[in-house]
Amino acid sequence: QQCVNGPGAIMCASGKYSSRGPALIPRMKTKHRIYYITLFSVVLLGLIATGMFQFWPHSIESTADWGLDRRSVHDAPLIRLPVANPIPERGDLSCRMHTCFDVYRCGYNPKNRIKVYIYPLQRFVDEVGVPISSTGLSREYNDLLSAISDSEFYTDDVTRACLFVPSIDVLNQNSLRIRETAQALAMLPRWDKGMNHLLFNMLPGGPPDYNTALDVPRDRALLAGGGFSTWTYRQGYDVSIPVYSPLSADVELPERQPGPRRYFILSSQTAIHREYRAELERLKEENGEALLLLDKCSNLSQGVASARKRCYKGQVFDYPQILQESSFCVVLRGARLGQATLSDVLQAGCVPVILADSYILPFSEVLDWKRASVVIPEEKLPEMYTILKSIPHRQVEEMQRQARWFWDAYFSSMKAIGMTTLQIINDRIYPYAARTYEQWNNPPLVKWSSVNSPLFLPLIPPRSPGFTAVVLTYDRIESLFRVITEISKVPSLAKLLVVWNNQNKSPPEDSLWPKIAAPLKVVRTKENKLSNRFFPYDEIETEAVLAIDDDIIMLTSDELQFGYEVWREFPDRLVGYPGRLHLWDHEMGKWKYESEWTNEVSMVLTGAAFYHKYFNYLYTYKMPGDIKNWVDAHMNCEDIAMNFLVANITGKAPIKVTPRKKFKCPECTAIDGLSLDQTHMVERSECINKFASVFGTMPLKVVEHRADPVLYKDDFPEKLKSFPNIGSL
Amino acid sequence: MQAKKRYLFLLSAGACLVLLFYFGGVQLPASGRNRHDRSHNGYRPDQPWPHFSDPLQQFLPWDQLDTEEYNIHISPRQKRDVNTSVYKGKRCRMDSCFDFSACKKNDFKVYVYPQQKGEKISESYQNILSTIEGSRFYTTDPGQACLFILSLDTLDRDSLSPQYVHNLKTKVQNLHLWNNGRNHLIFNLYSGTWPDYTEDLGFDIGQAMLAKASISTENFRPNFDVSIPLFSKEHPRTGGDRGYLKYNSIPPFRKYMLVFKGKRYLTGIGSDTRNALYHVHNQEDVVLLTTCKHGKDWQKHKDARCDKDNAEYDKYDYREMLHNSTFCLVPRGRRLGSFRFLEALQAACVPVMLSNGWELPFSEIINWNTAAVIGDERLLLQIPSTVRSIHQDKILALRQQTQFLWEAYFSSMEKIVLTTLEIIQDRVLQQESRSTLMWNSHPGGLFALPQYSAHLGDFPFYYATLGIKPYPKFTAVIHAVTPLVSQSQPILKLLVAVAKSPYCAQIIVLWNCDKPLPAKHRWPATSVPVIVIEGENKVMSSRFLPYETIVTDAVLSLDEDTVLSTTEVDFAFTVWQSFPERLVGYPARSHFWDSNKERWGYTSKWTNDYSMVLTGAAIYHRYYHFLYTNFLPASLKGMVDQLANCEDILMNFLVSAVTKLPPIKVTQKKQYKETMMGQSSRASRWADPDHFAQRQTCMNKFASWFGGMPLVHSQMRLDPVLFKDQVSILRKKYRDIERL
Repeated sequence: QQCVNGPGAIMCASGKYSSRGPALIPRMKTKHRIYYITLFSVVLLGLIATGMFQFWPHSIESTADWGLDRRSVHDAPLIRLPVANPIPERGDLSCRMHTCFDVYRCGYNPKNRIKVYIYPLQRFVDEVGVPISSTGLSREYNDLLSAISDSEFYTDDVTRACLFVPSIDVLNQNSLRIRETAQALAMLPRWDKGMNHLLFNMLPGGPPDYNTALDVPRDRALLAGGGFSTWTYRQGYDVSIPVYSPLSADVELPERQPGPRRYFILSSQTAIHREYRAELERLKEENGEALLLLDKCSNLSQGVASARKRCYKGQVFDYPQILQESSFCVVLRGARLGQATLSDVLQAGCVPVILADSYILPFSEVLDWKRASVVIPEEKLPEMYTILKSIPHRQVEEMQRQARWFWDAYFSSMKAIGMTTLQIINDRIYPYAARTYEQWNNPPLVKWSSVNSPLFLPLIPPRSPGFTAVVLTYDRIESLFRVITEISKVPSLAKLLVVWNNQNKSPPEDSLWPKIAAPLKVVRTKENKLSNRFFPYDEIETEAVLAIDDDIIMLTSDELQFGYEVWREFPDRLVGYPGRLHLWDHEMGKWKYESEWTNEVSMVLTGAAFYHKYFNYLYTYKMPGDIKNWVDAHMNCEDIAMNFLVANITGKAPIKVTPRKKFKCPECTAIDGLSLDQTHMVERSECINKFASVFGTMPLKVVEHRADPVLYKDDFPEKLKSFPNIGSL
Repeated sequence: MQAKKRYLFLLSAGACLVLLFYFGGVQLPASGRNRHDRSHNGYRPDQPWPHFSDPLQQFLPWDQLDTEEYNIHISPRQKRDVNTSVYKGKRCRMDSCFDFSACKKNDFKVYVYPQQKGEKISESYQNILSTIEGSRFYTTDPGQACLFILSLDTLDRDSLSPQYVHNLKTKVQNLHLWNNGRNHLIFNLYSGTWPDYTEDLGFDIGQAMLAKASISTENFRPNFDVSIPLFSKEHPRTGGDRGYLKYNSIPPFRKYMLVFKGKRYLTGIGSDTRNALYHVHNQEDVVLLTTCKHGKDWQKHKDARCDKDNAEYDKYDYREMLHNSTFCLVPRGRRLGSFRFLEALQAACVPVMLSNGWELPFSEIINWNTAAVIGDERLLLQIPSTVRSIHQDKILALRQQTQFLWEAYFSSMEKIVLTTLEIIQDRVLQQESRSTLMWNSHPGGLFALPQYSAHLGDFPFYYATLGIKPYPKFTAVIHAVTPLVSQSQPILKLLVAVAKSPYCAQIIVLWNCDKPLPAKHRWPATSVPVIVIEGENKVMSSRFLPYETIVTDAVLSLDEDTVLSTTEVDFAFTVWQSFPERLVGYPARSHFWDSNKERWGYTSKWTNDYSMVLTGAAIYHRYYHFLYTNFLPASLKGMVDQLANCEDILMNFLVSAVTKLPPIKVTQKKQYKETMMGQSSRASRWADPDHFAQRQTCMNKFASWFGGMPLVHSQMRLDPVLFKDQVSILRKKYRDIERL
């Protein structure tokens, strides 16, 4: 069908002709031959003519797009509006989502995404055939609708739609005939008092009083408007959108490093009221070079786009490039509150200084404009210079970066504007799945480098629930029993969980286990995997977990109890005993594992470490890449992986407690206890490099401190110390 | 053969013709017809938006930009005046109903009308007034004031209520500063009464702003009114209970998924939602209980379900459910807001809002999506599946955020009132206002003062969120009180030792000594600049003034007689870099509850834990200078200055109140100042027996202002990794610390 529908139809038909024709024609009688040739020519000509007729106006200029589904807006059905057709009511100022929006149409859906339907294009004319709009479908509105139609919000099923977008272009009120446009809206088949309809308007109002919202009566329809004032904006219902700057598509301004620029303040708008221009000029007189006050050029040669030039006393500047030369750029209200200049200014990474009283900034429902702009009351224009001078440099730089990011993400194209609008409405309908402040406001660089710890509340949990000790064991029963006996002496032990990792052998009988006060549970695993030690077992009922190897018998009860106390003060960190370090090996150009006794620590061994149960859940279900399997396959580095995971999500270093530097274990030999030897070190270094590449960064943080009891090694009677028995190396 | 071929040929010709007519023929007339009638033939409406290939016009023609000249229209000044005169009453906004000129530059002062004799004021309103009077915004001069608060009780405007104040209309009109309510703020908890519960206050509020509970979005004037939470008479005045969350259990689910226990009104406004709750109740993890019993004549309206519901209602204990549920339903009552909201928030039970059109408390600044589930009354039946679909990571975050918000803005009347005032101050000062991030993340807007800096990176709280680090150097501030007579004085040794630290950016000597400044050459030559500032009134608190000369994030605060080595300073600073929001110091002190005397005790004994570090040698963020000076009331600072004591305790109270965490003690070569100090004049300060008693008094005075004891104990000290280890001293970076 594609082939026939497009200009390719001709190719198809003629292909058929040439493959059969030449073989047949010579054998036919002349009479028939003439007849057939004539018939064929007619058919062929007919086909060509059809093709030409269908595709003539553009087939030449867009030959590259042959095969695409190409149409003309002139194909859209023409609709005549009788004069007597009803007009919707003016927008209801008290409309809110719960009163004027039919939420039943959106329904519950697992993706939490609204469905948006776009009405097919129609061309409305009044009774005498004059169109309702002087521009018809504008390029920008077409871009916007295509973007919606290409997006995941789109549905072509009108019955399943939650939001309806008319194809009537009301972006610019100036080009509209208000009454007729309103009639056209009311004629939409699903209009239903404008319920769940979304209109996009960027230039509201008209002379002389320039209202701040679209004047077209629109019943209950939602309005995504550029230039709302606080009096027309229905908070939580309308969406304030930017005025798109057509320059965005034409001019590419590469992102510039934030920092001081040649000019401090730049005013580039051409349609500034003379009162304000006079005030700006006064500022310019007072502060000289720091201000650049541009206006339109009076004597440009023919052929130069006046929109792309600005002048100051005969000196010509390229616009918008000149915006990049200034730290701050003035965005003054014009007849309307919303100004396309704002978009240019943001694109240039210039901090907008917005002087438009009562203006609702674009997307202010989700964007934190305080971080990207300076809003000054119009009345304070004369104080602008002083106000801006008082802003710290670092803040200016952050605002410059933020301004550019806002442009990139939310202003740069009609698509960006449309998608942001839909996302905002989507967030209202599914508020529990809404995008977060950070998602909206943090530029990618900040998103990348910042951390939002999942345990962010400063909370020191009470001592009483204690901790659950999790011992991973295979078959070293004697050593295991000694560990159990030792740990049982720790006052805050709540439960002991033995993870039996040996599938070939059953754990000893109940009667053989050491008798301890705390409950003891054994869980048997299905596979002998290292990651079993970090599984979030339901049996772990405390938030504190002590992971401990079955050969760690040297830790004293005081040491363990103290470790738990320290963990309570840092519940979002790994709290462990021997510390280790990662180093950058300059010669090899890669990371190296260091177990020497250094002054620094970036990891703690999990042979005995306290941590929050949440990290078990993270390790098991959220470990990036193939790290978990890799660890299980290599039977090594599970502790390094845990250190990476915790540091990456919290941005914090682990806490090393007490002087302990190594886990001596008298019973185990070098090989079976994963002890230190050359290959072991090489393997551990490999782990660090592997993990760093999977995480895409080196999350580990290096610190130079460890935690000791307050009176550790103080000249003070030992018996009065809470933790007198702290072991040594 | 010929015939066969001929037929084949005819067939293909026919096929071509059919093709021609089918595709060409149909479209040709259709495209013609389209121009005349509404036929949809050939135009498929339910397809994605087509790619139009026509050259389309721009929505904003270039020439229109130029013709949209503003110059021809009325002056913007006039336009502003028009706005102010038009938008009144229900359409009031700051731009039209607030007089900014009354608020002098950078000064937001609040005036409270003097209370008139014979005027009855409820306890709650009295608390509000005294909170304002005790705040740093308070002024007794109406000429200075930016905001006016009535001394007439407007909290309860339910005309059936015993607290209702009659004749408010005339009383208000008679106030000579009323000025039609301009720049006035009116607090209200209840308005309207049975049966329609309107939001009318029963008197003309003119252009006054409302701080009102249960306000609907319809009546709420954005950025003008403030929505406050509904709180009970028993709500504490200051301090307030902490949230109930003690630990973050994993998985974060509690015994119940969703609970509610409350009245059901059967008829009238707001009854629909509660009447429908039984549809969702499942007796297992979704327990929604209602009782019909309320008022005397409930039996009259009784419906078929009442007896069953009432019986079920009595089976469950509300508090038990509150503490053991993941989500708590907060449906509207007669009014939009209910006590359930704050109860759930405090109990770390994530509120599920079912109150369409309620403008949530402090909605202007709080992003409620991070702490509550905003449901829709119309979608009640979906609520269980909605809450079940919320991922456990999100529950963990929601729950923690409830606690943060509760403690930051709701736990006491004082916080509610101050938050209201701060919101209005942010609007008035504009340039110095908080960003959303400051309001919604720890430690919250009441502790993050925007007057300090517009830059988030200048605060100690947002480094992680912004992915940045504090400036890696510090400024030492030495508090000098004795004249410089000999070259062997401790202050000079201290100066040299501190200046040697590679992290030291500059040293400020705060000359709080009665004797004149010593000559410049008397100070030792150092590689870092030494700036001597002469204290203006030589009071204790001046050591914590936010001096502009402090350019680094970190401040090392020092007494003149402190003995510190360069190594100790270096180590403490590296520790501080990991904990930039905390106090990091050397000598530590502790507090305890003296149950015999029923007051807080202070101890300087060697104990196994501590809750304060002395600021005679401590590193902290320079923001705390600003906070100490601007946040704390004159009464506390005055006490410190008068006693010339307790400034360190006050600083510890302040920082712990902000962080909710203990300070950090790092190891020190010589342990305690008292033992090592011999003859210096300052030693007398510590030897003085009054000195200790004063500190005890200070503690209790501070605790009462803070509304509780903010100090937190710690049992650990941070030492260098190889501290006193039996390894070669050459390996150790901070070896001087262990040398005595």
